[in-house]
Amino acid sequence: MKAFAALLDRLVYTPGRNAKLRLMGDYFRRAPDPDRGWALTALAGGIDFPHAKAGAIRGLAMEQAGEELFRLSYDYVGDLAETCALLWQETGTADPPTLGEIVARLHGAGRAETPGLLASWLGHMDVTERWALLKLITGGLRVGVSARLARVALSEAFDTPVEEIEEVWHGLAPPYSALFAWLEGQAEKPDPGALPVFRPFMLAHPLADGVELEPSAWLVEWKWDGVRVQLVSRGGERRIYSRSGDDISATFPDVLEMMNFDGVVDGELLVRGPTGEAPFNDLQQRLNRKTVSKKMLAERPAFVRAYDLLMEAGSDLRDQPLTARRTRLAAFIERLDHPDLDLSESITVSEWAEVEALQAEARRLGREGLMLKRRDSAYEAGRVKGLWYKWKRDPLTADCVLLYAQRGHGKRSSYYSDFTFGAWRDGETGQELVPVGKAYFGFTDEELRALDKWVREHTLNRFGPVREVEKALVFEVAFDSIHMSSRHKSGIAMRFPRISRIRWDKPAAEAEALDMLLALAENDAPSHEIS
Amino acid sequence: MGAMAKGLKPEDWLKVTPAGLYCAPGDFYVDPVRRVDRAVITHGHGDHARPGNKRVLATPETIEIMKTRFGEDAGRDLQDHSYGSTVSLDDVALRFVPAGHVLGSAQVVIEHAGQRVVVSGDYKRAPDPTCPPFEPIACDVFITEATFALPVFRHADAATEIAKVLAAQALFPERAVLVGAYGLGKCQRVIALLRQAGYDRPIWLHGAQRNLCDLYQRLGVDLGELRDVAETDKNALAGEIILAPPGALNDRWSRRLPDPLTAMASGWMRVRARARQRGVELPLVISDHADWDELTQTLKDVGAPEIWVTHGREEALVHWAESNGIRARALSLIGREDEDD
Ligand SMILES: [Zn+2]
Ligand SMILES: [Zn+2]
Repeated sequence: MKAFAALLDRLVYTPGRNAKLRLMGDYFRRAPDPDRGWALTALAGGIDFPHAKAGAIRGLAMEQAGEELFRLSYDYVGDLAETCALLWQETGTADPPTLGEIVARLHGAGRAETPGLLASWLGHMDVTERWALLKLITGGLRVGVSARLARVALSEAFDTPVEEIEEVWHGLAPPYSALFAWLEGQAEKPDPGALPVFRPFMLAHPLADGVELEPSAWLVEWKWDGVRVQLVSRGGERRIYSRSGDDISATFPDVLEMMNFDGVVDGELLVRGPTGEAPFNDLQQRLNRKTVSKKMLAERPAFVRAYDLLMEAGSDLRDQPLTARRTRLAAFIERLDHPDLDLSESITVSEWAEVEALQAEARRLGREGLMLKRRDSAYEAGRVKGLWYKWKRDPLTADCVLLYAQRGHGKRSSYYSDFTFGAWRDGETGQELVPVGKAYFGFTDEELRALDKWVREHTLNRFGPVREVEKALVFEVAFDSIHMSSRHKSGIAMRFPRISRIRWDKPAAEAEALDMLLALAENDAPSHEIS
Repeated sequence: MGAMAKGLKPEDWLKVTPAGLYCAPGDFYVDPVRRVDRAVITHGHGDHARPGNKRVLATPETIEIMKTRFGEDAGRDLQDHSYGSTVSLDDVALRFVPAGHVLGSAQVVIEHAGQRVVVSGDYKRAPDPTCPPFEPIACDVFITEATFALPVFRHADAATEIAKVLAAQALFPERAVLVGAYGLGKCQRVIALLRQAGYDRPIWLHGAQRNLCDLYQRLGVDLGELRDVAETDKNALAGEIILAPPGALNDRWSRRLPDPLTAMASGWMRVRARARQRGVELPLVISDHADWDELTQTLKDVGAPEIWVTHGREEALVHWAESNGIRARALSLIGREDEDD
């Protein structure tokens, strides 16, 4: 338990991604089974202990400190697990149990014995171990680690491509002993067999400026403006995986219902509007929901536009050339014959100029851009050079005025590097600036230093880490699109904003009007957002 | 404490006024927040010692600290009294007793009309190589701080925390280990603890830490070799330990250092949210104030039937005292802040 507690403690205070990976990798290499497997489970999403809940901890803490002192302490600290960990009195120095023993005992214990079990451990732990134990059982470690980052740490620690780990991941169960045995070279790679596991996505490189490809060797198709998914249906089990390998099945029961096939499909998840695919903003309403209402299903029905076929009836197609996979995909979709799975058509072109013309049309048609895939490409995990390219539509730009600057994180924590900018609108007392977006990248280190200096010299007010500045610096902001949003004061939200140029030369009065940005919005009615 | 004047109570002759705690029969204030004619100062921290008083009574070390901090403005007439020697001010006998907080820090023991009140100022019970330890004095009323008066505050053993600094320094030889520490007391204690742990390389100082470190050395606290960051090539600071004021940790000053690993020595570091708020990578729970156990133990040690609680989390300490049969009230003294340690 000591090593796991120390790991969590260091992760909390370590801002950098690389340092976090190093800490986790270090732990995974040193810790024994099954401790490290349970640690991995906890980091990658949590372990459920049905009988150990916040209420039990609150009760224990009150017994320790008395009701009044507990209340004052909790008010001050603001986190239940930490409050309890801090005020617990150590009673002895017997060796606390290992993480593996703790998990096993808690899973075996009933509701009545759980508090006593916790109390007996807490007295023999130091404050960091107590905090780690209580965080573990209340869920939500909040140490800035995602399931994906934990897998990358494994990949680096054991020098194994992360795609291979992701491929076996969903077929394995905690505490992942078979995974560690394979990573350490002591066992064969686990075989997912008949399980509906995730296969790592093949990804595209951006097409570099000015590059022209020989159209005959490439398959051209639209890059649809939705969410890339992998549909896996095997042995009666169905799963929808996101790009990061997360299981998002519960969010899209309508898609799940359609998946009456045996295979693995790579495609774009979209929402149906009155005239074909609805704008991305409509799909946004359906993301990140654990449950979905009937109304939502009726108003924003989801469907999938298929790009590729990875498996069919147990046979792996990934080594075949793209053209062969596409032929089988077309037949597969025809056989299924369901309106919620259609084919992303390939577009026939004979000259590069036609490709350029298509890319120029992407915005008007509501597409994210174009995909260019070598006709002979196998389906390979990750971003392989020279096989697939994406050519996104050109960004929109607007000149906006810097309003607030905030300190960054990690290496940037001494710089003002997060910027809120605004556009002009008619106010009650004349023209006023209203915030329209935030950006924290798009500039060089040198520009960052210059911006930081400018912010410090033009500060009007300070609010903690935020400074309000004089309304005198203009940014050319590039963004992919604008959507109406009732959550924002300006009524709009920018997608993928970044600072494309600092307009040291431009007077603030000449920056954009909010009306101009409103005219760019892709959905016309304000969306119903639940925040 | 001996024969009491009939009906007279301590609150009759020791009162909270807008200028601070005032003792009428001796005509003096303890740690006044406004300029007064006669001030008795417990210790040199900014919320206790302020410039511009006419006459100042304090320990010799506190007088020196005030002169270093305020120069000419330390006070017109500075009178130093060593620990233990009694001074008479009109109808009042007064003496200083070590408080264990910082160099020169004192409890003020005030006796009048057969009653004894101890104004403890700020104090701690944990050992500190830079100042003599707190001495409990039996009294009728004990006036106590409450900076860390919640049972969640239990300061770690300082040596364990110092070991973390040395471990970090060994683990990251390419980074400068930057320790934020309050300039009076904490900074010198951290240095002295590093020396106790056997660290004998030069320790580097931010400019703001220099004067008080020099004063400590002059007053006989050995801190070893100290060098100034300002006078060196920044790249030479990789793998070195640097002491800076907390405010400099995340500011432009620290950018010049090679990939600084920021540590902060403070009792507040016990609470994660506070440590993260400051962007600290290595929190060190080292405090010059009593933690919960030290506060409650001290109330037992002095055995006063009544306590007055000054600054901090008064509510919790008053609650504890009353639950343990001690009369308690919170004094609302203005101008006291949570010291940044
Ligand atoms: Zn103090
Ligand atoms: Zn104080």
